[in-house]
Amino acid sequence: MYGLGLLKGLIVTMKNLISPGRMFTIHQYPDRKISPLGLSKLEGKNVISWGINNPVKFLKSLLGLISVPDKIAQSPRFRGQEFTWYEQRCTGCASCAKYCPLGIIKIVTSPSGKAVPEGQKYAIDVFDIDIGRCMFCGLCVEACPYDALHMGSGFEEGTYQRKDLVINVDRLKSAPKKPSTWFRPQLEELGYDPDSGDEITWDQIGRHERPSLSDQEDKWVKR
Amino acid sequence: MMCEQAEGLVNFCRIYKIYEFILPSWLSSFTYFFSAITLALTVINILIISTALYTWFERRTLARFQSRLGPNRWGPFGILQPIADVIKAITKEDTVPESADKVVFNMAPILLIITTLLVIIVIPLGPNSFMGSLNIGIIFIIGITSMNTISIFMGGWASRNKYAMFGAMRSVAMLITYEIPMGIAIVGILLLSNSLALSDIVLSQTIPFFIIQPIGFFVFFAASIAEISRTPFDQIEAESELGSGFHTEYSGIKFAIITLAEFMAPIISAIVITTLYLGGFKGPSILPAEFWFSIKVFGVIFFMLWIRATWPRLRIDQIMNFAWKPLFGLGLFNLFSIAIEVFVFQDKVTGFISTSHYWIMAGINWVFAILLFFGITQIIGNKNKEKIKHSYKTNMIS
Amino acid sequence: MSIRTEPVTINLGPQHPSTHGVFRLRVTFDGETVVDVDPVFGYMHRGTEKLAETRSYVQIVTLTDRLDWVSSMSNNLAYVRAVEALCEIEVPQRAQFLRVIAAELQRIASHLMATGFLVNDMGAFATPLMYCFRERERILDLFEILCGARITLSYMRPGGVFQDAPKAFWDNLDALMKEMPIYIDELESLVTTNEIVLARSKNVGVLTAEQSINGSLSGPMLRASSVDWDIRKSNPYEIYDKLNFEVPIGKNGDVFDRYLVRIKEMRESLKIIGQCVDMISEGPVRADVPYNIRPPAGDIYSSIEAPKGELGFYLVSDQSISPYRCKIRSPSFMNLSLLREMLVGWKMSDLIVILGSVDFVMGEVDR
Repeated sequence: MYGLGLLKGLIVTMKNLISPGRMFTIHQYPDRKISPLGLSKLEGKNVISWGINNPVKFLKSLLGLISVPDKIAQSPRFRGQEFTWYEQRCTGCASCAKYCPLGIIKIVTSPSGKAVPEGQKYAIDVFDIDIGRCMFCGLCVEACPYDALHMGSGFEEGTYQRKDLVINVDRLKSAPKKPSTWFRPQLEELGYDPDSGDEITWDQIGRHERPSLSDQEDKWVKR
Repeated sequence: MMCEQAEGLVNFCRIYKIYEFILPSWLSSFTYFFSAITLALTVINILIISTALYTWFERRTLARFQSRLGPNRWGPFGILQPIADVIKAITKEDTVPESADKVVFNMAPILLIITTLLVIIVIPLGPNSFMGSLNIGIIFIIGITSMNTISIFMGGWASRNKYAMFGAMRSVAMLITYEIPMGIAIVGILLLSNSLALSDIVLSQTIPFFIIQPIGFFVFFAASIAEISRTPFDQIEAESELGSGFHTEYSGIKFAIITLAEFMAPIISAIVITTLYLGGFKGPSILPAEFWFSIKVFGVIFFMLWIRATWPRLRIDQIMNFAWKPLFGLGLFNLFSIAIEVFVFQDKVTGFISTSHYWIMAGINWVFAILLFFGITQIIGNKNKEKIKHSYKTNMIS
Repeated sequence: MSIRTEPVTINLGPQHPSTHGVFRLRVTFDGETVVDVDPVFGYMHRGTEKLAETRSYVQIVTLTDRLDWVSSMSNNLAYVRAVEALCEIEVPQRAQFLRVIAAELQRIASHLMATGFLVNDMGAFATPLMYCFRERERILDLFEILCGARITLSYMRPGGVFQDAPKAFWDNLDALMKEMPIYIDELESLVTTNEIVLARSKNVGVLTAEQSINGSLSGPMLRASSVDWDIRKSNPYEIYDKLNFEVPIGKNGDVFDRYLVRIKEMRESLKIIGQCVDMISEGPVRADVPYNIRPPAGDIYSSIEAPKGELGFYLVSDQSISPYRCKIRSPSFMNLSLLREMLVGWKMSDLIVILGSVDFVMGEVDR
């Protein structure tokens, strides 16, 4: 019948108004206002008994004056802004710089002469990544033959000036080692989750199994 | 000055008596002036503050309809958001287009807000609370709301902007058209109430008039939604087509005033609907009459909001069609049926109709309404299926 | 007495709420009626085709993300298929299934967005749009689990996909598959039977089958004009020949049919994903392809059925690490070719709705 569709639409919107389950999964980063119900749930108590014990807090949260931190649960594969770089693994070969589609990685190296377990290595003087122009495609990570560079998992790199967006070698060294598992999904099976604050050291990140001590002896000492 | 009824929350005589008591004797000749100013400022400020609250309510509710959250940061549940909005609007640069007609451009928002505010004068908020009890209140409302059109057209024309001009032309065409079904629907009320004064109309509603004349209520409701240019009739500032219609070029405080008038319009229109059709301030006497009045107004506003959240808008020619064909016809039908019923049921001496006769009229009219609804929807439904694209001779313009 | 009237010319865009990007239309109105339309493109020209000539074959994948940014997966798929055809790379079975699942998810996301914006252009105050975005958000969450990005995905590589899907992806996909039909039903009961929508969209912007074939339209635009043409059926790529699905066809070729075709396609996509989830088997997800591909000299045209229509890549190789020429046949651009036939004679409000029904993305139009 004509006119029925309009009523049907009204019913749909009303259903969305009254049922909280139809909401967006909204995260009000960095913090959100919380109701007494949510606050008592956070503390694991019944609303009524909690409200009687903390009347001030109850009233304040009822007025919407209490806020708790809120963050999106992100996937471990999330390609974030903060690059994770392992200086122990990097040889300064500049593959990442070469394969970057935008050419935003700048590497200046000098011969160091320092011997490391596998192969010779350059000393890295400059390693600038301009994340102001980065598109987080991750091709540099894919290109790295020694698994030294990884996408990070953070996203809070907002600055007031564009030049602060250039990540230099000192920042890379001091950054938390929380690589995204986008390039190493094997880490997911180990229970690694960068969102929960786990860190990965340089000897865990490699694409091969870490050789046992006897294997290393076989390879390096007994030859 | 005769002051017998000094009850009611908003009552001139009450304020007058207070001032008579307070003011020293050398100022006593200004008592009338002071009490009038006090009353006007009180009512206007209450209206403006409730509009500010309404903007918050509308944004929150609309957001929940769309399963979002809406403004919730500033103050408890974001209730201080209107203050933030106003501060932002005032501190913005007030730009005027170079080629605009500056006098008209600046005058338009002021005229718009004045015409919107003036309506509240004649509305009875309670049995004895009103600013002024005009005995031609309803004609006053019709006259004042038509002024809106002029100020909107002034704003659109003076902006010297094609989008604004489009919005203004649409508004003139649309608002004038919808005056007619609105007026016809109101005549149906006058027949029942025997009076042009709004307080008499309210008092004569022993049962709310929307029960007695459902068709009239529908016509009036649709027309008043169109008058305030809300969905589905919001062609005046169709934001997906014209940017923002007639106030495209406005910024800063003028934009704030226009927005204020725009958000006040639903409140005013809900107030008028409540007064005319929903029994105004009437309700069980456990609570003050003003409370019942605001509850009903709130209900009407919420329903308008619900419609706005759900339906798309009609095209301008469909809107005009809707006014001239179904609404005009329904209004006339309503008028005739009410007239005949009044002629039959009216007490020949006093001119009033008893409540039992009201119920009989309501029954007859509801039957008519349902029959008409089925019939018209059937006709429109069939016609819509066969409608084809009209052929338009195109003259290519070099 | 007759009133003297003048046509008025309005620049609709490049900054306008309903032109879906920086699209400019010089429209001549007679009153409210459109008399002449003159589209102006190029405000978003980023030189994708020229840039591709200086990128290696893998790096171009990131460029294709930015063609039609609401359906990056399909762009990736179209490009990597062209490279694979050029180098004659055999793609592992599991990778093909994963690519089809991803592309169909992307089709649902893109159609949701198209539908939402269409109804928003009709003037519904963003409510259906927000409902569509709510559903689309879940698909983007799935993409984040799959490959770590939400919009610019760069998930596919010549020779397969970059990574296998994690376990969380399959769990979330199952949940989505259960809830998505309910969402679509809800959207339909809000929009499809709404009389205002019908009044605004039925018989508006009609294109006949002949017209749309001559205008080389594709995708839902073409199928709404009752032309049965879907590359997934007519020239099956990947594993589409093993799948059982229908191609929805419209009747009149008006705005409402385009909307309806998109809604039906979403349901068909769900069906396809369901079959893929059942049929997928274990195995490698990426063929052994060098990082720097040097295809043999030659040229290739390969196209897929993207959400908006036929998306084709024409690649010319001169045996170097980057293509000699990369021509993109983008559906959005082609679908806009019949703009004047659709728009002239209609009111201004119809113009907006018809533009919305074309469902174009400026990144793809200007390339």
